[in-house]
Amino acid sequence: MSIGHPEIPKPSLTGFTVPLMAVAGLLLGYVVGTAKGQPLLGLIAGAAVAAALGFVLASFVPDRRVGRLGTAVVAAIAGFVMAGVSGAVVGVIIGLIVSWFAYWLSTGDYRSTVPVYATAGDVLWHNTFKLICGLIFFFLIAPIVVVLPLSFNAQDFFTFTPEMLAFDPEGYSLKHYRDFFNNPDWTRPLKNSFIIAPLATIISVSLGTLAAIGLSQSHVPGRRAIMAILISPMIVPLIISATGMFFFYSKLGNWMEGNLGLSQDFIGYVKVVLAHAVLGIPFVIITVTATLVGFDRSLTRAAANMGAGPVRTFFKVQMPLILPGVISGGLFAFITSFDEVVVVLFVGSASQKTLPWQMFTGLREQISPTILAVATVLVTFSIILLTTVELLRRRSERLRGMSPT
Amino acid sequence: MKLTTTLLATSALVVSAGAASAIDLTLVSWGGAYQKSQLKAYAEPYMAANPDVNIIWDESSAEAVAKLRAMNEAGNLTWDLVDVDAADSFRLCDEGLAMEYDPDELLAPAPDGTPASEDFGAQIVNDCYIPQIVYSTTFGYRTDLVGDTPPSSICDVFDLEAYPGKRSLEKRPINNMEWALLCDGVAKEDIYDVLATDEGQQQALAKLDTIKDQVIWWSAGADTPQLLADGEVVMGSTYNGRHFSAIAEQNQPIGMLWDAQVFSFDGWIIPTGLPEDRLAVVKDFLKFATDTQRLADQAKYISYGPARASSAPLVGQHAELGIDMAPHMPTDPANAQNVFYYNFEFWADYRDDIDAKFQAWLAG
Repeated sequence: MSIGHPEIPKPSLTGFTVPLMAVAGLLLGYVVGTAKGQPLLGLIAGAAVAAALGFVLASFVPDRRVGRLGTAVVAAIAGFVMAGVSGAVVGVIIGLIVSWFAYWLSTGDYRSTVPVYATAGDVLWHNTFKLICGLIFFFLIAPIVVVLPLSFNAQDFFTFTPEMLAFDPEGYSLKHYRDFFNNPDWTRPLKNSFIIAPLATIISVSLGTLAAIGLSQSHVPGRRAIMAILISPMIVPLIISATGMFFFYSKLGNWMEGNLGLSQDFIGYVKVVLAHAVLGIPFVIITVTATLVGFDRSLTRAAANMGAGPVRTFFKVQMPLILPGVISGGLFAFITSFDEVVVVLFVGSASQKTLPWQMFTGLREQISPTILAVATVLVTFSIILLTTVELLRRRSERLRGMSPT
Repeated sequence: MKLTTTLLATSALVVSAGAASAIDLTLVSWGGAYQKSQLKAYAEPYMAANPDVNIIWDESSAEAVAKLRAMNEAGNLTWDLVDVDAADSFRLCDEGLAMEYDPDELLAPAPDGTPASEDFGAQIVNDCYIPQIVYSTTFGYRTDLVGDTPPSSICDVFDLEAYPGKRSLEKRPINNMEWALLCDGVAKEDIYDVLATDEGQQQALAKLDTIKDQVIWWSAGADTPQLLADGEVVMGSTYNGRHFSAIAEQNQPIGMLWDAQVFSFDGWIIPTGLPEDRLAVVKDFLKFATDTQRLADQAKYISYGPARASSAPLVGQHAELGIDMAPHMPTDPANAQNVFYYNFEFWADYRDDIDAKFQAWLAG
């Protein structure tokens, strides 16, 4: 692919590649120049350097690998001279991007994913569309990515220190991770979250699945109204639900303490688990209902015909088929409980403090990067959890021959 | 289904094991370095001496008044001892949410036998309040961003020419109004007379107006240290202990501007309506946690002055850094040349009114 595409004419060097490179250089030069306090100089120098680079790469360096590596090395050296080690890293990144752009333009690669008959406008729109998609992706992921390096900060502030920017090992530390795993302020909430979330998930999955199956029967009167009520915890502002729950569960707790003689601590867990189960149920209902749409009713009739009772039919026929929906609903319920901060602040007492609660107070009272370490651990945990479940689901579909591939 | 059963059983075990082994005592505090000083100076020693008591912390002091009201209404009190600032204690005491107590019965006398009521003296500001520490709200500045002559007077905060750049102020009228009037030429002893009038309030707001577009408003005590560490502001007000922590423990290039610092107190209140058995534990803990030695110990961890007169001579060095704590105390004579005392009576009467005007000014 290094010589471009035979069917695409090579774009004009001076009329296309060089001017566009200059525009790209203008933007990058402005960013770098602003960082150095001289935006205007950066603007001009960036445009000139990028245009020259585009010309040189397109005319004299046909081997793409050599060109990109060479640009990266030169940019790294320039960056190192300007701003030390961190400058070198930025230089490598900018060098790779700019040289990729140069080849992408000059070899006609930019047309490679559109049909040959596309007009210039079509090509422009196609690539703009890709750029917009990329920007949306960046917009979604950038705030999370910023958190990761900050969690290794050696200082107790949410700040990239000069040592960190210079990649000095002194600027990095695992002390916030140590704090998370050793400090009872964090280990206790961690334990609480892992007690409360699974229990709430089990309750909401059981109840939500039953409700979804019941509501999918055509003979249930007032199905839509019941559905709307069941889903309402998702729609009513959380702070309103939380206030109501606070008074409701306070009375319930007092009753349980007075009449059943349970300890306050235990009642506290019961209250939070029930409240979180309520929040999780709508997610389960929605996902399971969606799966039930594709469920073939004649299967249950066939099972009944062969003498299976409703319970047996449910567990042997219906449940395995709607399991993907149940599992994803359960995942949502788990994450809802695991992430929830408003309701637990109202309903729980300090002995039921969960991780999000601790993070919330931590942010309010003491801006400690331990929160970022926790966030990093949680993000990793969520990714692992979702990947595992997805892989398991695909495997079981493959085993049962359900997957189209 | 087996997995479910196992999960349920283990969780139930964990929950009940936690409940059975100890009496849980829920203390409400502010989090951060301050709560850590309480933990080290009295909670941990108390738990070591009483293994059957387990202390749990709830960092809800900022919402203490609202939460105690809600708990009282719902009949569901989950707190045992609440750390509040003196101003909030007035409200809680008036509403009957905090318990009145007898200092000489509840609190330990000083080592030389001075009864607690004399040892704490005027710092017991109302019938419910059990003071722990004296703190001040004061300014810190970035030593590397203020040029060759660091600010030495409170009025440097209002001097944008000598000290250009953003400053952070608390998002409420208290303290800011007093400082504004002082720097607008009002004599210190007249400030509250002037501030009681509408013209005086407008005068203070007009003075604040001169720096309004250069102010970042904070509401949590941790904000200013973060802003100073970032270099986003050149100076900012917060509690002196937060500045100390940033300077001495985090080695930030921050200096203290002690001029016109405002003294206030922080202490415990016992919520009304505790059952007898829990109240007994709370009283036992309080007697220990507010004795002369314990309050002096607290100053090893944070630069707040002990509320007992008999604790002051016992203040020593920082527990980890080994530096002398006395020069970092707001009450140190070198730091306390020009101080305000939080005026509880004035702000109890005028807070709602001035708050409304201040917020309107902020939004305008």
